[in-house]
Amino acid sequence: MTDLVWLIPLFPLIGFLINGLFGRSFPEKLIGWIGSGSVGASFVVAALIFVELVGMEPASRSLQKVVYTWMLSGDLNVPIGFLVDPLSMVMLLVVSGVGCIIHIYSIGYMHGEVGFRRYFCYLNLFVFAMLILVSANNFLLMFVGWEGVGLCSYLLIGYYYEKKSASDAGKKAFVVNRVGDFGFLLGIFLIFVTFGTLTFTDIFAAAPQKLTQGGELVTLITLLLFVGATGKSAQIPLYTWLPDAMEGPTPVSALIHAATMVTAGVYMVARLSLLYAMAPISMTVVAVIGGATAFYAATIGITQFDIKRVLAYSTISQLGYMFMACGVGAFASGIFHLMTHAFFKALLFMAAGSVMHALSGELDMRRMGGLKKELPHTHWTYLFGTLAIAGIVPFAGFFSKDEILFYAFERNAGFWIIGAVAALMTSFYMFRSVFMTFYGRPRLTPEAAHHLHESPPIMTVPLMVLAVLSLIGGFVGIPIFEGWHKFGEFLAPVFAPAQKVLKAGHAEGHHSLALELILMGTSLAIAIVGWLLAKWMYLSKPDVPDRVIDEFKGLHTLVYNKYWIDELYDFLFVNSIVNFSRFLWRRFDDLVIDGIVNGVASITLAWGRGLRLVQTGLVKDYALSILFGVVAVIGYLVLR
Amino acid sequence: MEFSSFPWLTFITFVPSVGAILLLFFRRDAHTAMRAVALVFMLADFVGSLAVYGLFNPSSGAMQLQEFREWVPTWGIAYKLGVDGISLFLVLLTTLLGPIVILASWEDIQYRVKEFLVSLLVLQTGMIGVFLALDLFLFYVFWEIMLIPMYLLIGVWGNPARRLYAAIKFVLYTIVGSLLMLVAILALYFMAGKANGVYTFDLFKLYEFAVPLKAQFWMFLAFFLAFAIKVPMFPFHTWLPDAHTEAPTVGSVVLAAVLLKMGTYGFIRFAIPLFPNAALDATWWICWLSLIGIIYGAWVAMVQPDVKRLVAFSSVSHLGFVMLGMFAFTVEGVEGSIVQMVNHGLSTGALFLLVGMIYERRHTRLIADFGGLSKVMPLYAVFFMIFTLSSIGLPGLNGFIGEFLVLLGTFKVHPWYAVIAASGVIFAAVYMLWMFQRVMFGEITNPKNLGLKDIGAREVAVLTPILIFVVWIGVYPNTFLRPMEPSVKNFLQMVDKKKTVVLEMEQTPSLPGVKTVASSSGARPAADVTVQE
Repeated sequence: MTDLVWLIPLFPLIGFLINGLFGRSFPEKLIGWIGSGSVGASFVVAALIFVELVGMEPASRSLQKVVYTWMLSGDLNVPIGFLVDPLSMVMLLVVSGVGCIIHIYSIGYMHGEVGFRRYFCYLNLFVFAMLILVSANNFLLMFVGWEGVGLCSYLLIGYYYEKKSASDAGKKAFVVNRVGDFGFLLGIFLIFVTFGTLTFTDIFAAAPQKLTQGGELVTLITLLLFVGATGKSAQIPLYTWLPDAMEGPTPVSALIHAATMVTAGVYMVARLSLLYAMAPISMTVVAVIGGATAFYAATIGITQFDIKRVLAYSTISQLGYMFMACGVGAFASGIFHLMTHAFFKALLFMAAGSVMHALSGELDMRRMGGLKKELPHTHWTYLFGTLAIAGIVPFAGFFSKDEILFYAFERNAGFWIIGAVAALMTSFYMFRSVFMTFYGRPRLTPEAAHHLHESPPIMTVPLMVLAVLSLIGGFVGIPIFEGWHKFGEFLAPVFAPAQKVLKAGHAEGHHSLALELILMGTSLAIAIVGWLLAKWMYLSKPDVPDRVIDEFKGLHTLVYNKYWIDELYDFLFVNSIVNFSRFLWRRFDDLVIDGIVNGVASITLAWGRGLRLVQTGLVKDYALSILFGVVAVIGYLVLR
Repeated sequence: MEFSSFPWLTFITFVPSVGAILLLFFRRDAHTAMRAVALVFMLADFVGSLAVYGLFNPSSGAMQLQEFREWVPTWGIAYKLGVDGISLFLVLLTTLLGPIVILASWEDIQYRVKEFLVSLLVLQTGMIGVFLALDLFLFYVFWEIMLIPMYLLIGVWGNPARRLYAAIKFVLYTIVGSLLMLVAILALYFMAGKANGVYTFDLFKLYEFAVPLKAQFWMFLAFFLAFAIKVPMFPFHTWLPDAHTEAPTVGSVVLAAVLLKMGTYGFIRFAIPLFPNAALDATWWICWLSLIGIIYGAWVAMVQPDVKRLVAFSSVSHLGFVMLGMFAFTVEGVEGSIVQMVNHGLSTGALFLLVGMIYERRHTRLIADFGGLSKVMPLYAVFFMIFTLSSIGLPGLNGFIGEFLVLLGTFKVHPWYAVIAASGVIFAAVYMLWMFQRVMFGEITNPKNLGLKDIGAREVAVLTPILIFVVWIGVYPNTFLRPMEPSVKNFLQMVDKKKTVVLEMEQTPSLPGVKTVASSSGARPAADVTVQE
């Protein structure tokens, strides 16, 4: 069965081709089910392979399948090859599983759109690229997926291409990602020059010989690759594209900009855990960037009124957590959070989409409120997602986030403090969104109130599935009790080499149960404080938020405007380059180079004109010039 | 005659000219018949080139299917053709585009159709001849032959406002370089003849002649100018935007797809192997000019208001990659460079075709005049998107293979050059996507764009063959890389070997007391040439 791993990405590609080439006259339903069915088929194959993998010895759960040799040139030999191991298995299951649910939801959400077929083509193409990304056995094929998801993200953000803001956002996403890819590409070159291969397993096998622990080379490689990760996973300083990416249809935000694509950077760092473990400086950089992003994005999340933007900043913040986990060496916890986050964040986005659907596209939470009664299913599923992300026991987010905070504390209390404060803000802004949307006094526009309706089952059933997953998804990773952390055990062989490097030189850390319980209690308390604070401010005393804003007007303006980072980037990079390019074109190309070219032509012409005056055709003139010539020659001979 | 002993190379070189002669007997107003004849001959040419591909032995790096006839024996001039892994795909690119340009101009050109088709057919002969010639004199003849029809294409069927300026600029720029090259060819001919006692223009015999360093420098410089103008390398590129913009659509297509490759091909076939020491010494400044070209072309492309000019400047950027990879002198770099030549021909050729299609409909090329075309021309939008992505270098399509190999090959020897070049990849995304957004996305603001017709069957037929190769190279590049590799390795070995021979020769002065002195160029110490002879 593992030999058939290539089927997993192939199905969505087939779906893309069928709908893309022949789907012109297909009815909406057929297009939707071809799209969803192809991803579902991938999930089934992935599940079968998963079962087979679990049946094997833990140590031998790493298999490769080469389909054909893709690029052969000089020393370079890149196969179209796949790697099946616990890490790629988790990713394959999450991507195809959550992907399938979101496809089905989209059939309802996108109903009646002019570009229905185009939407499903892009979505299938995206899943294809994403599955390639997470199952590739070498850097270059991974890069194919990496760029492929970036392309689909570009196309889907700009889905409503007639809106300028949408096509702008798509372009911004692509270009900012390209900046990250620049680093990724250089990292790949450096790997190839060092190892002579791009295949992961060969690189890991050779790493202890070719690289020195903490050496400059491995640090440079890992940092360059991390630049790529900051682009794709929207971390400081390349996060600016993700909030704008909310211009795309909401299921796209759920699939690409929450559950799957944006986690690619985390996956990459985890995949290369061994290399990162060998570069302590890079690990620290990853942890610091992750922690800083988690904190920074959360502050912005508090101030936003657009429900999707709140979720977008929350995504950036949660991705920061995952990177912080990787940076402190808890790779499995990072992937654990990646999985639970995929469940609850996809759920939150899709529930937000359901709210939008009910309110004829309204996004501003100031014009919502009291929707609990009219949208019962949307309400409870959104609430489940919020409980999960806030980290309320026993929802999925509690287990994964708590684990990250625990390892962060072990590494350095500073990371824990940042993480805990960010968790407080997370809980606050998420419950804020719940209360502003579903509770309190309705503040709807008359038009929205008129059309108010709960979404059809094709949308609410996927919500419920994800709500259940958000509730039980964490049970695979229960801490404290020996043998209950199935998730960690499953992934352990993948990260074993990295853990060995990290543990070397450190005494086996014996963490006390008491500490674990204290930290757990603290993070739960933090989540509840955030919840109660939001309840007090937005439910009990609705006038408090405005007073707070008035009190801290300067600060609020700064944060609400996202610290003016977009404007700063525009000024520094965009405008200056455009102006300089205009200068080059107008001054250098047109004036200097063409000036010389045309100048040579003009001079030649002028000479010609000048010499023409001599050619008068009158014999007396010629005789005169002969006379002058003779005089000159004789004069020269005489005076020599 | 047996299949394999048939002179296929002569066949594919001259079939278009036969078509051109045939066209002379047609009535001036029999437009469709003449177009059909031209199409048939171009198709026959393409089929002939497929036979060449079939007969080509991909595991050999030698010149294959060679043909030899005495031409002017007293002067050592011969008619000698041959194909290897380097020229094979450039020839195939040329023959593939032959029928496409005839088809693409079907409705565009309505004026002096006969002369137009004859020009295209003669041009085709000239271009294929340049890629196949193995005799310097023959090469020079083909090189100059193609100048005339191209001049006519721009000057007669171009955009009336500025076509004469553009055509003359194109010709003068090129001739300045070619004449210097002619001088260098003759100098090489006499120098080698004097040394060996046999005067010949045979490329292989000249390959074997070790040119003294100082002479190499000047000859390389002359060849460099001729080819660098053709490529075009920064700062010799200013003829290109004008020529592209003013030329009719198919003129731009042929110019971009094939004519520019003459420059890069000239380097790899003539300038570098003939003068390897000078070429290696020139590596650093040629690389820098290429890097400047990559970034400069991208930046200036970004601010162009005219789509055609934008694509023209993007060519400057793309050909920077070609030159960079070639001067890395690694297998990956040189193969990437050749793949990138083909890629640029396909992608940029297709982009010019696409621009031509909307120009035919709207008679404007200004980006500002468009906007929202996706709405009225959805099929066109799909093709435009794919070729844009191909040009940007998206993995899975052709552009990525070339760029990646070039960058990797360069990184192996000059990491910093690769870093700078890789940043050009970012800007490529900026200028192409920005243009695409302004032309295709947004609402239709100009009412003239509302009634635009989507592309029809003929236009789909024009674009689809290119699309097939764009995907093929991206998904299975080995079809193209395998036959290339032996020739590329040959090329690198030859350069390396000859370089050593020349250096050894220079280090064993034939006369005592000859000191190496810094030449006036200041580039390097060089021995006195006359002494060496």
